[in-house]
Amino acid sequence: MKQILKQSGRRRFLKDGAIVAGLAAAGAGAIRSASGQTPASDDLRPKDTRAYGERSRFETTARLPDSPSAYLLRAPLQDSMGIITASSLYMMRAHGHRAPDIDPRQHRLLIHGMVDRPLIFTMDEIKRFPSVSRIHFLACAGNSYLNEDDRKNAKTVQQTHGKTSCAEWTGVLLSVLLKEAGLQKGANWIVAEGSEWAKWARSTPLVKAMDDAMVAYGQNGEALRPEQGYPLRLIVPGFEGGFSPKWLRRIQVGSGPFMTRPESSRYVNHRPDGREQWFNPELEPNSVITRPSGGQQMHGRGFVEITGLAWSGGGAVRRVEVSTDAGKTWKDAQLQDPILRFAHTRFRFPWSWNGEEAVLLSRCTDERGEVQPSLAELTQLWGVNREYWLSTNNAIQHINVIQPWKVTREGSVQNAIWES
Amino acid sequence: MALALNAACVAALAQTNTYNLGHPPSDEEIRAMDVSPSPDGKGLPPGSGTAKQGAQIFAQKCARCHGTTGAETGLMREKTPEALKFRPYATTIWDSINRTMPPSVEDIPQKGALPLLDKNNVAGAARRGPLTADEVYALTAFLLYTRVGVIKENDVIDAQSLPKIQMPNRKNFVPLDPTEWKPGQNPGGLRHIQPRK
Repeated sequence: MKQILKQSGRRRFLKDGAIVAGLAAAGAGAIRSASGQTPASDDLRPKDTRAYGERSRFETTARLPDSPSAYLLRAPLQDSMGIITASSLYMMRAHGHRAPDIDPRQHRLLIHGMVDRPLIFTMDEIKRFPSVSRIHFLACAGNSYLNEDDRKNAKTVQQTHGKTSCAEWTGVLLSVLLKEAGLQKGANWIVAEGSEWAKWARSTPLVKAMDDAMVAYGQNGEALRPEQGYPLRLIVPGFEGGFSPKWLRRIQVGSGPFMTRPESSRYVNHRPDGREQWFNPELEPNSVITRPSGGQQMHGRGFVEITGLAWSGGGAVRRVEVSTDAGKTWKDAQLQDPILRFAHTRFRFPWSWNGEEAVLLSRCTDERGEVQPSLAELTQLWGVNREYWLSTNNAIQHINVIQPWKVTREGSVQNAIWES
Repeated sequence: MALALNAACVAALAQTNTYNLGHPPSDEEIRAMDVSPSPDGKGLPPGSGTAKQGAQIFAQKCARCHGTTGAETGLMREKTPEALKFRPYATTIWDSINRTMPPSVEDIPQKGALPLLDKNNVAGAARRGPLTADEVYALTAFLLYTRVGVIKENDVIDAQSLPKIQMPNRKNFVPLDPTEWKPGQNPGGLRHIQPRK
């Protein structure tokens, strides 16, 4: 049976390959009708459950689907260990659009625009290029509850910071593919586009695209999950997550930004003077204590390991400080190796809880020396009052304020952002 | 035609390519994708439309989800930073309509508990939206006329006229020209960015 499926798959590939490569008379309609009608019954996954492992039935941690949209899944940071997010728990955000069910044999990546040699690659061809594996976080520009409807009710770190995750990605550096196509004089930006139905597209400066962007087909030792872009996605390290389109099908090179909808409206920050601040893609230094964190319960007095995650779009995390007294005093946390650029960094801080009320904070400093601000500091800098954060309709991106968790005498842990 | 193209490219590859992988796309293969227009109009296809024509198309194909004017729902609401009148470029409105509209009513993304995998979209690499270029120009004209107020009802919008439209909020974007981006150009991020009051 498996053999038969393999053969039919190969025939389909040859047929479609011939049409796509031959083309001359074929219009867009012909290509569309010939493409990828893989029957749902064509499921090649092994039926033997031993063949692809499952976790213990006692383990229950899971992503948190946003309601009512099914396209936002927050990662359970409260249960995170180390710096790698399991692929099954990796956060997912797509703007109202589900993961396409792509047959990799039919997937193509087009590189065109201001290049000497426009090229189309099959997945097999992309995998023949020299590969790299790198550990990078992704985070939504809006990875904060301060700009969301439920800002008054967020209780757990999954609700406050769950729109970030970190994985080892494997693929080919975008610079290799762009050099293969040959950049023309005046080329200065790219736009990358997905295959999902609204075909999400963002422009990235060429200086970043040629530096460390990668076209990834692997995540944590296996192929990308469908909701992470299977079979191919872009990774632009340290930038807002939206710069890394999933289900990547097209990269166009141009002389300037293409001004797609997200970059010229949704991801613009609005200032009190009426100005619109745009193209601010690098995420600021950020950190959060994941244990103990909101909704958890202390297990009695005595030794407690405070641990959490720090990250920055400015590069590597240089320092994380922890306060257990609401910010009156700060001490350096231990940073767990490896400390990588544009990757989550695990920090740990040994503490002894005396049973009294305590407020736990973490503060990140990145390799550029930028320091994570408190909400009070940001409120002052912005010239607004505390009520502004609760009432504004502006979608404020890049909120990276220090997150306070209050430990009560009863040992419950609560979100204390509005008390800070 | 295809053979000649291939032969020419093979010759070019032999001189400059390192890995000799991939093949040069045909015009049809590129046309099957949603090529992104630049704000200067480069990449816009032939075609044209007026707001008057766009009103009819909107009523037929768009109002079912977007309401009679488009201001009733979602991303085109008046009171969000995403409102059309805040947009800096008219070409963005064309591109948004062209790339995001669903092929059929059945394909409209639903709110709620749908499976994560979209089994109807099995071949993203070559699927296009349902609207012709003329329809997209007409709908763009309709929105520019009714929602931004920068053109007249019978103005013809096409690849030449669309990029010439001056959007009223364009002058408020900082930096005015974002083309020359450099790492670290916004140190501190939010420390330097303040909200609209």
